Amino acid sequence: MSSEVPEPASKVDLAPGIGGGGEIPQFDITLRVRRYDPEFSEEATWEDYALTMYGTDRVLDALHKVKWEIDGSLSFRRSCAHGVCGSDAMRINGRNRLACKTLLKDLDTSKPITVEAIKGLPVEKDLIVDMEPFFQSYREIMPFMITKGHEPAAEHYQSPEDRERYDDTTKCILCAACTSSCPVFWTDGQYFGPAAIVNAHRFIFDSRDEGGDMRLEILNDKEGVWRCRTTFNCTEACPRGIQVTKAISEVKQAILARSV
Amino acid sequence: MQVHKYDVVIVGAGGAGMRAAIESGQRAHTAVLTKLYPTRSHTGAAQGGMCAALANVEEDNWEWHTFDTVKGGDYLVDQDAAEVMAKEAIEAVLDLEKMGLPFNRTPEGKIDQRRFGGHTRDHGKAPVRRSCYAADRTGHMILQTLYQNCVKHNVEFYNEYYVLDLLTVEEEATREDGTTYVQKRIAGVVSYDLATGEIHVFQAKSVILATGGAGKVFKTTSNAHTLTGDGMGIAFRKGIPLEDMEFVQFHPTGLAGLGILLSEAARGEGAILRNSEGERFMERYAPTIKDLAPRDIVARSMANEVREGRGCGPNKDYVLLDLTHLEPAHIDAKLPDITEFARTYLGVEPYTEPVPVFPTAHYVMGGVPTNIKGEVFQDNEFTIPGLYAAGEVACVSVHGSNRLGTNSLLDINVFGKRSGIAAAEYSKTAGWVELPENPVADTEALLDVVRKGSGTERIAAIRKELQDTMDANMQVFRTKDTIMKALADVKGFRERYKNISIQDKGKRFNLDLLEAVELGFLLDLAEVMSVSALHRHESRGGHFREDFPDRDDENFMKHSMVYKDDSAEMEGIHGIRFDTKPVIFTRYQPMERKY
Repeated sequence: MSSEVPEPASKVDLAPGIGGGGEIPQFDITLRVRRYDPEFSEEATWEDYALTMYGTDRVLDALHKVKWEIDGSLSFRRSCAHGVCGSDAMRINGRNRLACKTLLKDLDTSKPITVEAIKGLPVEKDLIVDMEPFFQSYREIMPFMITKGHEPAAEHYQSPEDRERYDDTTKCILCAACTSSCPVFWTDGQYFGPAAIVNAHRFIFDSRDEGGDMRLEILNDKEGVWRCRTTFNCTEACPRGIQVTKAISEVKQAILARSV
Repeated sequence: MQVHKYDVVIVGAGGAGMRAAIESGQRAHTAVLTKLYPTRSHTGAAQGGMCAALANVEEDNWEWHTFDTVKGGDYLVDQDAAEVMAKEAIEAVLDLEKMGLPFNRTPEGKIDQRRFGGHTRDHGKAPVRRSCYAADRTGHMILQTLYQNCVKHNVEFYNEYYVLDLLTVEEEATREDGTTYVQKRIAGVVSYDLATGEIHVFQAKSVILATGGAGKVFKTTSNAHTLTGDGMGIAFRKGIPLEDMEFVQFHPTGLAGLGILLSEAARGEGAILRNSEGERFMERYAPTIKDLAPRDIVARSMANEVREGRGCGPNKDYVLLDLTHLEPAHIDAKLPDITEFARTYLGVEPYTEPVPVFPTAHYVMGGVPTNIKGEVFQDNEFTIPGLYAAGEVACVSVHGSNRLGTNSLLDINVFGKRSGIAAAEYSKTAGWVELPENPVADTEALLDVVRKGSGTERIAAIRKELQDTMDANMQVFRTKDTIMKALADVKGFRERYKNISIQDKGKRFNLDLLEAVELGFLLDLAEVMSVSALHRHESRGGHFREDFPDRDDENFMKHSMVYKDDSAEMEGIHGIRFDTKPVIFTRYQPMERKY
C-alpha cells in the first residue's frame, strides 16, 4: 500500500559534517588465498598477497587488486559487486560470506585474511566450485508456482498478510553460502541442503500455490528436511539475512501437520 | 570444435533472454547460452518496479503511459514501439503474476502500484501510481520468477558459455524494383566454454541476442562487472549497425564514489534531493514534479549543483538523498535493500542521515536496431531473417534519448516475449543456413591476439584509463572538445591493446583471457558512443552538449546509425561510418519538454 508522505521542507539546516566525508583511511593487509589449478598441479596451496587498501574496500576489491595488478590467473566468480547476484560466495576467515559485501575494515586486518572456496562442492579452480549439484537440488523441489484448475482472467488476489507470510524466503539469491556452510551437506552428498528447502518454503507458504503437498512429499524423503540438525550455520551464513533455520523448521512442522 | 544444432539459440540469460526462452522453449528446440549462471544477470539488480497502466490504485490508461514514454525519451522514441510496450505492459505484469511473482499488494489483495519518475496522469498533470513492485527488489523477483519458469519448462541452458561471434553469410538479393542488394543471413553463433576453454559452434535457424548493456565503458556505474556490451560488440563487428549509442542514462542516485544504485523508488516513496545548503533544489529545475522528473533532468541538475559549488562532502562532489522525513517503518517496508546498501557500503543510517549520492552510468538507450517484432535491421531497409534482439542490447526504440524508470523491466518482458515467439515461429518455416567454411576462424583469431600476446600492457590498466576518460569526457556534460579527447584516448588504447599479455596460460576457467576479450568490446563501444555524440550537435535526453544546449528538431530529430566499415574515414577516425534513420511518429508531435 502506498501511503501519503507529508511534503518535506524546501530548505533545512544541515548538521555540520553531515553526509559523511573526511579523509578516507588507507591500510595494509595480507590476503591469504587458497589457490588450486589441477591443470598445473594437483596440490592446493595458500598464497599470500600484501596489499594497500582503502576505507570502503571490500574483499572483492582486494581479490580484484591481486588479479588485475599481481596475478591475472587468480580465478573467482563475480558480477554485480553489491550483494544481489550471488556469484561470489566464498569462505572468508573461515566463514561463508559474499566477497562483495564484506568490508575489509570490518575484518581483523592485523592478521592475514584467509579466502578459500566454499565447502562441499567440487573445487574447479581457485575459488570457483562446480555449482551443478547445488542447482540440481534446487530443481528437484519444483521451484515454480503450481496451480490447478482455471487461471484467473487478470491476477490472483493475495492479501498483504498472505504476501508477508513467505516474504523472507523470496530474498534468496542462490549463492550457496547457506548450503555450503552446512556440516550435514559436507559429509553427505545426498542432502538437499538449506537453499533448496528455503526455495521450497517460498512456494509452500505462498497462498496462491497448490503444489505444497508434492513438495512436502519430496522433502519428507530421508535426504530431505529431517537431515537438518539445526546448527544454525546456514542462518549465520545467509548474506540476505534470511532466517534459514526457521524456514526449515516451518517446513518440518508442515510435514508433521500434514501426516497427522 | 564441437557443433550443436538448435532451432533457436538465445544468447544471454537475464530477463529478456529467459522471458524469450519461456516462449521459444515451448514451441521449438531451444538452447540458452549464458556467460554467467542464469540468476546472476543484472536484471536482478533492478529495484523499483515495472510500470503498467493496471489502474489498480488510481485512474490510469496505456495511452498516458505511451505519452510519458515518448515525452520522457525527448521525442526520439519510435512511437509505434512505445505504444506496443505500454499496451502489452498490462499483460506482461499479469503474466509474471501468474508465473508466481510476489508483487506487493493493496489492502484488497490487488497488485500495488507506486509513483515513479516521469510517469504521470493525463499527459503530465501530476505523478501517477503506475509502477508494480516487490519492495525494492522487483528485478530480483522478476529474474527468479523467470528462472523458476525456465526450470518448469525444462529450458536447456549452457552456463558459462561466452558467445564471441555471430555466424552470418551474405547473399545477393533483389528488391521489388529489380535492383540488387546484399542480404545478411544468420547461421548460428560461436561460443567459448569457460570451464574447458573449448570452442563450440551452435548452428541455429534463429538467434536472439539478449546480452544486456555496456555500463562498464564508464568508471562510475551501477552496472555489473560483466556488463561489457558483448552482444553489441559482436553484432557491430559483423557489420550490423548500432543505433543511438550516444544516449547513455546516468541514474541520479548512485552511492557517492561507488556508483551502487539507490532506486528511484526512494523518491517515488517521498525522498528528496538536497544540496550543501539544505535546499530541495529540484523545485528550481522541475517545478511541477520536482524530484520525480525524469532521470536525465535530475542527473544534470545534480551535476549542475556540484559545478556551481553547492556539492557536499570534503570535495563538494556529491549531493544528498534525504529520507529522514519518512517513517522508519515505511522505509523498512518499501526500501529495505537500498537502505541496507547505504549502511553497508557508506556506513550512513538513512533513518536519521541523508545519503551521499551522485549520478552513475546506468543504462544504454541505444543498441542493436530492431523492429517491434524484435527482428534486427542490417541497415535502414532490411532486417536479417532469423536474427532477433531484446532488452538493453537492443534499440527498438522505446526509450529514445532517455529511458523512464521501470520501462527497462517492462522492455525485457514485452520484447523478450515477442522475440521468443517470433524466433520460434520463424524456425518452423525457415531452412538451415549452411555454416561458413571455417566457422571458428574469426573467434580463434580474436582469442589468439590475446593468448599469443607477449607485450607489456595490462588489460586492467587500459580498462581503468578507458573508464576514467569516459567519465571525464562523455558523462552528463559533453562538448566537441571533450568528445574528441575521448576519441583520441580510445585510439591510443587500441594501439596499446595490440601490445597486451595475460598471465593465465591455462584452458580452464581462464577469466583473464575473457576480460581481455571484453575489453576489446568496451573499446569498440566507447568509440561508437563518442562518434555518435560528436555528430549530434544538439542536446536531447541523456545527451547534453554544452556547445549546443538546445534540442534541434529540424536537424536532429533522427536516430544515429553507426556501422563498422573499414573503408570509412571521418575526422581522423578510421573504420566507422555514420548514418541516420527517421524517427517513427504516430500520434504525438514534438513539444517542449517541461516538468
